[in-house]
Amino acid sequence: MNKLRHMMNPLDFSVEELEELFDLAGEIEKDMDSYAHKCDGKILATCFYEPSTRTRLSFETAMLRLGGKTLGFADASNSSAAKGESVADTIRVISCFADICAMRHPKEGAPMVAATKSSIPVINAGDGGHQHPTQTLTDLLTIRSLYGKLGDFTIGLCGDLKFGRTVHSLINALSRYEGIRFIFISPKELRVPDYITEMLTQKNIPYEEVIKLEDVMPQLDFLYMTRVQKERFFNEEDYIRLKDFYILNKEKMAKAKVNMYILHPLPRVNEISVEIDDDPRAAYFKQVQYGLYVRMALILTLLNIK
Amino acid sequence: MLNIGKIEEGFVLDHIQAGKSMQIYRHLGLDKLDSTVAIIKNAKSQAMGKKDILKIECDIDSLDLDVLSFIDHNITVNVIKDGEIIEKRSLVLPKEITGVIRCHNPRCISSIEQELPQIFYLADEEKEIYRCKYCDEKYSESTIDKL
Repeated sequence: MNKLRHMMNPLDFSVEELEELFDLAGEIEKDMDSYAHKCDGKILATCFYEPSTRTRLSFETAMLRLGGKTLGFADASNSSAAKGESVADTIRVISCFADICAMRHPKEGAPMVAATKSSIPVINAGDGGHQHPTQTLTDLLTIRSLYGKLGDFTIGLCGDLKFGRTVHSLINALSRYEGIRFIFISPKELRVPDYITEMLTQKNIPYEEVIKLEDVMPQLDFLYMTRVQKERFFNEEDYIRLKDFYILNKEKMAKAKVNMYILHPLPRVNEISVEIDDDPRAAYFKQVQYGLYVRMALILTLLNIK
Repeated sequence: MLNIGKIEEGFVLDHIQAGKSMQIYRHLGLDKLDSTVAIIKNAKSQAMGKKDILKIECDIDSLDLDVLSFIDHNITVNVIKDGEIIEKRSLVLPKEITGVIRCHNPRCISSIEQELPQIFYLADEEKEIYRCKYCDEKYSESTIDKL
């Protein structure tokens, strides 16, 4: 019997296991039709204790594209959590109905608690500000597909690097690959936390921290944009002074390499001007497509379906 | 001077920071032991000024002392057999601590889930950093109280 596996953190899978997952996602991309019945008769439960349209729809589409069915709830008020049921009890019940579960919860660690009590694979679909592993898998697959490999490039991460869980998770995941240089572009109030830079120093991974995006554009192979929210600043003056540094427009793109790619976990507000959307280097909507492939591959892998 | 007799088999925990002996008593579950335990508080110490000492009469394989190093790694553990010190045990930081400290991250599932054990793992041995198993929040004396 195969050991029950879950996806709580991108680092749960070794680099080799991730390679297999990405290879499978690549096969799905090439010939999605041949995977249309791989999950016939299987059910995915999407237990979303807080709303998240894109992630939930991506999971549901992934299962439907594999021939399976989905059930679940889209916010806690429609679930037994509103009556005070514990996560442990909910997953025991869901385990009786479904074959695999994707769980989003506002409390950090909730999917891990579910995994310890579950008899079906549990995927962490986002737990508060903690982890969002399938976003990281999406980012890794996008980089690998566009660049041909995971390694030997310079990536700039721009915007709110302090509170952005996707950024922390991506840096951790990329730190396992060779030849990657990080450039962190943010106001000093929103710099990447110390424990991340300490980890990079410990592993001898080169990084630099800068304030202005323009200054480093020519060096980048990837630019990972995130949103800078006004409320993160301590005073309005600083926000007004800095906000335009982090809006990507044609003028800034003119300084970028012709083969640099722009990534963004979405939703975007105004940090990437819509005038960039038609630039061939804008990869953020392709990223959504890769998110679907990687979730399909993950469902197949965790269900041990070849 | 207070005199407490020798023990035949068990542990003498010496150089406990004055005032911490009751905390250690609780964490080691000594209240559940059906054996002799002596708690000596505020004993005179040349090195420390004042110190606490615990003498525990028990089977030396029956007690897990790993949590001691988390509470205070300066404690000296003397292992007693046949009335003699047979070993001065060095303390090793436990890889995992259950039910000793509480995560005070309000966003952590442990803040609401019924009867969920509080578990911390050793994230950095050199810097003695523990993190919550569920939310990875760093343990900090100022933000997390001992249970």
